Amino acid sequence: MRSVRHVILWGLIAALGAGSLGRVALSRGESINAAWLLTAAICTYLIGYRFYARFIATKIFALDADRATPALRKSDGHDYVPTNRWVVFGHHFAAIAGPGPLVGPTLAAQFGYLPGALWIVIGVVVGGAVQDFVILCASVRRDGRSLGQMAKDEIGPVAGITALVAVLGIMIVLISVLALVVVNALKSSPWGTVTITLTIPIAMFMGLYLRFLRPDRVLEASAIGVAMLVGALWAGQWVAANPALAPLFTLSGPTIALLIMAYGFAASVLPVWLLLAPRDYLSAFVKIGVVVALAIGILLVLPPLAMPAVTQFIDGSGPVFSGKVFPFVFITIACGAISGFHALIASGTTPKLLAREPDAVLVGYGAMLTESLVAIMALIAACVLTPGVYFAINAPVAAIGTTAESAALAVAQWGFVLQPGEMDALARSVGETSLLSRTGGAPSLAVGMAHLFDRALGGGGMALWYHFAIMFEALFILTTLDAGTRVGRFMLQDLGGQLWPRFRDVTWQPAVWIASALFVSCWGYFLYQGVTDPLGGINSLWPLFGMANQLLAAVALCVGTTVIIRMGKARYAWTTLVPLCWLLIVVFTAGWQKLFSADPRIGFLSHANKFSALHAAGTLPPGIESLDALPRMVFNDRLDAAVAAFFLLSVIVIVVDSVRTWLAVISGRQPAGSTEVPAQSVSLFVAD
Amino acid sequence: MLRLRRWAQLLRTIIGVPDYERYVCHMRAHHADAPLLTPTEFCTARLNARYSRPGSRCC
Repeated sequence: MRSVRHVILWGLIAALGAGSLGRVALSRGESINAAWLLTAAICTYLIGYRFYARFIATKIFALDADRATPALRKSDGHDYVPTNRWVVFGHHFAAIAGPGPLVGPTLAAQFGYLPGALWIVIGVVVGGAVQDFVILCASVRRDGRSLGQMAKDEIGPVAGITALVAVLGIMIVLISVLALVVVNALKSSPWGTVTITLTIPIAMFMGLYLRFLRPDRVLEASAIGVAMLVGALWAGQWVAANPALAPLFTLSGPTIALLIMAYGFAASVLPVWLLLAPRDYLSAFVKIGVVVALAIGILLVLPPLAMPAVTQFIDGSGPVFSGKVFPFVFITIACGAISGFHALIASGTTPKLLAREPDAVLVGYGAMLTESLVAIMALIAACVLTPGVYFAINAPVAAIGTTAESAALAVAQWGFVLQPGEMDALARSVGETSLLSRTGGAPSLAVGMAHLFDRALGGGGMALWYHFAIMFEALFILTTLDAGTRVGRFMLQDLGGQLWPRFRDVTWQPAVWIASALFVSCWGYFLYQGVTDPLGGINSLWPLFGMANQLLAAVALCVGTTVIIRMGKARYAWTTLVPLCWLLIVVFTAGWQKLFSADPRIGFLSHANKFSALHAAGTLPPGIESLDALPRMVFNDRLDAAVAAFFLLSVIVIVVDSVRTWLAVISGRQPAGSTEVPAQSVSLFVAD
Repeated sequence: MLRLRRWAQLLRTIIGVPDYERYVCHMRAHHADAPLLTPTEFCTARLNARYSRPGSRCC
């Protein structure tokens, strides 16, 4: 009886999902409601979770509730702590979800909602969630080892070192591109600048409060912090309306970039309890609150999607970033579909908290599905805007000029409608002077979310909601940036320590300062290059970031495949090989085009050649003010090309090394022998 | 009241606050003769460990 009900229930979910997906994919010429997209996504997730995740759990890893996890075996009261699965889920989700799943889908909306939506939904079920889950299981079976250690143990020392260096490079690109998103959101916006600046003293106040006034009252301090954030929002509005103060906080892009670098440096050398930890607590609560609010807003309003399913920009001529829908939609949306960074977290704190092996399904696979849902909601929020408004906000100056008239003209040429007064009215309603060419995704997402919240709650609050959205996006990004800078500093100190052991000492101030300054100047260089780039920077840096993230995912899937093959389960290795092959096809196509495409809008090298020819001829390209800027841009193009080439080469090394191991194991030259820690029964251990 | 405390405990674990009480429990049960860190020392050590490894934060 139960099995009949089961079949009927899942049959209904499958039918509902397939029907909604069909409606989303096949509707042409009429706008469809966001509800269809949401239903299609959720039904697909449910089916993936119920059937595919369980298949991997039972057939490959044979997860066993009686097999003790590292949390139980090595329980030490701080690192290894058996924890309730919903708590681990929340912890893991808060660690993996950041600005990535919000910004990527917003940028990819230039192709229309369909390509992004399909990649997010299918990519996560077959790729991203599988990667997180497999790495989590592998790490749980190996005492919570990190991805780098597993790459070294499973594949070989060359792969291990390559993975380590690649992670450092990827972090530099990640931090610079996210910082660029913040700069573009705060540029010439006194309201936003004041609000974000105030979050720093608020965090420091919380840190001091927790250290000296009321130790251990984290929730109390966080509640005060959240209340102060709301106050910061009002303070920003007040400053922006004050004619004497507003100009002081109306900053140019390069100034904000330098301030952010100073902040990153400070966060890396200051004690963590003062700035990093309280900021993280605040950001975690805001993160969960915003995700819930966004879901409620979308459910209450159920907006129609104003963006067409597919735009003409799939041919590669898009203004937000150049390149055809294949491979660039798969590069632009990394987090939300598949993100290599998650593999670092799934092999970091999480495996040391898991109380029972079967909990890995909820934590590894389930948390990634939830992040994917966040990406779908961000896509919906971006597609709520009319295409005219979306492109006016996201296209760089070089494409739409600097006035409302030139923007309206450019948008009309693309076949969309933008009334000349529309952008001014919109900017005024959100309390900004201009919304033209606010590239990076954060402003357009904030406008979309403000629309949703405003409609859900009855109107009148656009300006507050807009700045609320900007504030939390910047808060997410700055928490990634400061924690990332600190980790980068440790990695540099560790590398430097190979040459000069004293450099490794994390309490020795000269080493701390030098390593921090070095790491900040690495990402700061790319950030500054992006801020001063007349094409907007996002154009060149976001694809670089997407490639880096997907390449890290490829490394993780190589490790996962090796683990599965060495377990003697080669017949199931397709579960990780399929997403791995897809990623390699996507990333190498994109990388090849970014390096060698003859189209200067796509290829770094052809762009460099074009600009050096222009420089030699003494002609100024549109949007560029002086000839002196050209040699710098040429150098930056070549540097970006070198970085892309370095990422691709590292992955080739790791893939070749992995395939060698796979063939050796399959042909029997190398014994299969799993490197798992031997199974021990739960009954041998007693939890605290 | 008890339920409230449990919720507070849950929220703290989710955001990754080091739990001193649990540490003390563990030390008493398993290493009764080892010296205990003070709450501040424990907190500093945990936070420093957390922010020194990659994978504490994602994009």
